[in-house]
Amino acid sequence: MIVGQILPHTLPLLHFYFHLNIKNLSSPNNTRKEMCDVTEIEELKINVHVFNVCVCVCVCVCVCFQSEPASLPAEDISTNSNGPKQDSLFDDDPEDLFAEATEEVSLDSPERDVLLSDGPSPAITPITPPTSVITPCIGHAHDDMFTHSSFDEIEEEEGGDSFDMHISVSDPEKVGEFWFTLSLSFLSVSLSQTSMSLFKRNEFSVKRRFSDFLGLHSKLASKYLHIGYIVPPAPEKSIVGMTKVKVGKEDQSSNEFVEKRRSALERYLMRTVKHPVLLKDPDVLQFLESSDLPRAVSTQALSSAGLLRMVNKAADAVNKMTIKMNESDAWFEEKQQHFENLDVQLRKLHASVESLVCHRKELSVNTAQFAKSAAMLGNSEDHTALSRALSQLAEVEEKIDQLHQDQANADFYLFSELLGDYVRLITAVKGVFDHRMKTWQKWQDSQMLLQKKREAEAKLQFTNKPDKLQQAKDEIKELEGKVQQGERDFEQISKTIRKEVSRFEKERVKDFKTIIIKYLESLVQTQQQLIKYWEAFLPEAKAIS
Amino acid sequence: MGNVVSVLLQPRAVNVDLQTDATLQVDISDALSERDKVKFTVHTKSTLPNFKQNEFSVVRQHEEFIWLHDSFVENEDYAGYIIPPAPPRPDFDASREKLQKLGEGEGSMTKEEFTKMKQELEAEYLAIFKKTVAMHEVFLCRVAAHPVLRKDLNFHVFLEYNQDLSVRGKNKKEKLEDFFKNVVKSADGVLVAGVKDVDDFFEHEKTFLLEYHNRVKDASAKSDRMIRSHKNAADDINRIASSLYTCCVSNRRTLQLLSVVVLQKIEARVAADEDLKLADLLKYYLRESQAAKDLLYRRSRALVDYENANKALDKARAKNRDVLQAETSQQLCCHKFEKISESAKQELIDFKTRRVAAFRKNLVELAELELKHAKGNLQLLQSCLGILKGNT
Repeated sequence: MIVGQILPHTLPLLHFYFHLNIKNLSSPNNTRKEMCDVTEIEELKINVHVFNVCVCVCVCVCVCFQSEPASLPAEDISTNSNGPKQDSLFDDDPEDLFAEATEEVSLDSPERDVLLSDGPSPAITPITPPTSVITPCIGHAHDDMFTHSSFDEIEEEEGGDSFDMHISVSDPEKVGEFWFTLSLSFLSVSLSQTSMSLFKRNEFSVKRRFSDFLGLHSKLASKYLHIGYIVPPAPEKSIVGMTKVKVGKEDQSSNEFVEKRRSALERYLMRTVKHPVLLKDPDVLQFLESSDLPRAVSTQALSSAGLLRMVNKAADAVNKMTIKMNESDAWFEEKQQHFENLDVQLRKLHASVESLVCHRKELSVNTAQFAKSAAMLGNSEDHTALSRALSQLAEVEEKIDQLHQDQANADFYLFSELLGDYVRLITAVKGVFDHRMKTWQKWQDSQMLLQKKREAEAKLQFTNKPDKLQQAKDEIKELEGKVQQGERDFEQISKTIRKEVSRFEKERVKDFKTIIIKYLESLVQTQQQLIKYWEAFLPEAKAIS
Repeated sequence: MGNVVSVLLQPRAVNVDLQTDATLQVDISDALSERDKVKFTVHTKSTLPNFKQNEFSVVRQHEEFIWLHDSFVENEDYAGYIIPPAPPRPDFDASREKLQKLGEGEGSMTKEEFTKMKQELEAEYLAIFKKTVAMHEVFLCRVAAHPVLRKDLNFHVFLEYNQDLSVRGKNKKEKLEDFFKNVVKSADGVLVAGVKDVDDFFEHEKTFLLEYHNRVKDASAKSDRMIRSHKNAADDINRIASSLYTCCVSNRRTLQLLSVVVLQKIEARVAADEDLKLADLLKYYLRESQAAKDLLYRRSRALVDYENANKALDKARAKNRDVLQAETSQQLCCHKFEKISESAKQELIDFKTRRVAAFRKNLVELAELELKHAKGNLQLLQSCLGILKGNT
């Protein structure tokens, strides 16, 4: 392949310069200078590395600060103190109540008319009284949460200076020609409070390429994954999609791809900065703020680094099967099982939602076709009132088709993408558990080595080799230190994982809830529109004589 | 699952607006679905002297309905009338296949999923069943409402003879004959259609019906596709509902459960109702317009025959040979043609009135149903949202 041949030659070529566009009204001269610099970009030689063709996206980071309402930690602590009692309440009632609700609502069709009129009331009223009880439970889906001793500790750490950071990624801009285009856009950050110590300014924007995001993720992963932090995974590379965009196809599928990637990057960044530890990481800060970012080399899909990664992954998978860990803590076992189940369920759900998106798009197309057909029928009908009514029907159906289209988009961007993100996140979580196992393995290995050395030393005692004995003693001392370190590491990673998992679960529930609310709101809008359309049509239909 | 489904039907949900006449009322009071056939109980109430009793019931199968329809079509006396279209064959294959697949896949899904899917499929089966019963009933009612056809002897036999009519389905040879007859007929139809009609009314009707028939066919096909994709989307929602349900039960995210149930009901309902109102209406009028076209064809055929007979008569008179024979045949043709024309005009006017009334009824009902559902859904969604938001 020709492209492959270009590859080695272009490797030493340049990289991209990013410019910071500061929303700084007080110095117009500066901004003008910046703007001039921007044009230089287009003249710069562009990295032709084929496998690094990526979309540059603009990341706008708006940071606003507000302290978390003090009620939340207090609430949690109070539930903790009521621990066992609350448990039983949550255990029985919600499940029974909802079991009842589903029985009622899933009645067969002949009774559905009855259901419609009584509908909301029987299914919903039993639920309202206990909502106040359910509320504190939301963040803590499992009993173990209440009984865990380090619960207070977790809450204390989080109850501090939490904030809401807002990041938005704008649509990519293309720079350069044909195969060498890179999309570039402005990233603006705005901080509404000045007391944020982490950032120099309130609002700023930077330009970033897609590979920069992947680079950030790989850096964070290498630093934090092995000590137990759940690092949010970055969106995946898609060579097919990117090629289409590169070639400049301005059709719907490439637009969708761009939009999909843009929102994925936005969500990725938001998740990363929501993590209290990751936010403080210098790499993240540099990514968000600095104008100049060294190019991420190791993110190329088919590079040597990439191959190395794949080999490592395979090796890890094999190792996982051979490690037989003595699990002393039931919490971890249970959690692992829980995440396995969640993984399976989410994947299934994701597949169903994707299928739904596809069918809804199909429905939209078919509705449009039907609308045209109905219009034709109306035209050929010689009874004037009926003809008019049929044309109206055609118009209504056309509007409905647009509704379906919008609904399909909502399905996708809200639901399906969220599920996809969580499927990947759960893989990251499982990775973290695997790291814990590896840490344990290392600890055990060094312990066994120590044991062997001790035995060897014991044997040496009887031989007359003082320097070898001394050497053995030194080695033993070193190994003892290692064993202690291993144990400490293991304890640390276990502790971190507990914290992370609880944070993850909280975030997950919050995320899902927000998305479901948004989704339902979109459904509400759809229904309201439908009502409007059909209400307009009804008098027309009645007017047929 | 049992292969026998019996349905107790409520007073008919007619697709077509028909006047009910006290002298002859026909309906299908019961139906039984067996493995490969459906048995309809045809119930008649009549004050006519032709029948031995005032009220009686017989059991009929689909083939017997077809036999009755064909006997009308083949009867020369009815050439001038729009013969009510035959009801379509009961087709449960798709539904049965789905149920079978469900049965086979029982092991792979949870109990709740299985029962839920089974319920949905059974409801679908029931819906198809009700529809086919309605189609058969409409056919009988149309015949009973027609001033001439209701007097037909075959019809009375059909209604009254309480033993098996021993109507066998057409064997291969007869089916082949039918096929050829249709080919000839359509070729002839093309020929005959070219003949310009003297009467403006019929000329207009011809062009109108041709175009209308094609458009109804198109609209019917498109509405079927639309409804099929809506059903697919509804099936997906069902699957999402059941998996979210299992998700919720294990994670106790009870709120999601609520919303999911809501979603499920919304989509499934809308799909089913659209199907009933719109698609059935269009399909029915597809068949009716075909029947009207057939009428026009017969008339045109008679016209052509009449004109040919005229020409033959002129020729005979010129040659002064077989004049009487030619005269009688010409008179026959003339008589036939005029009879057809007279009744055809009325039939076509009735057809239009019926069509307009049926469309009106169905469109109004469709709009009202859509509104009802949308409003119900809206209410459900809003209360669900209220709970979700109230829980923050």
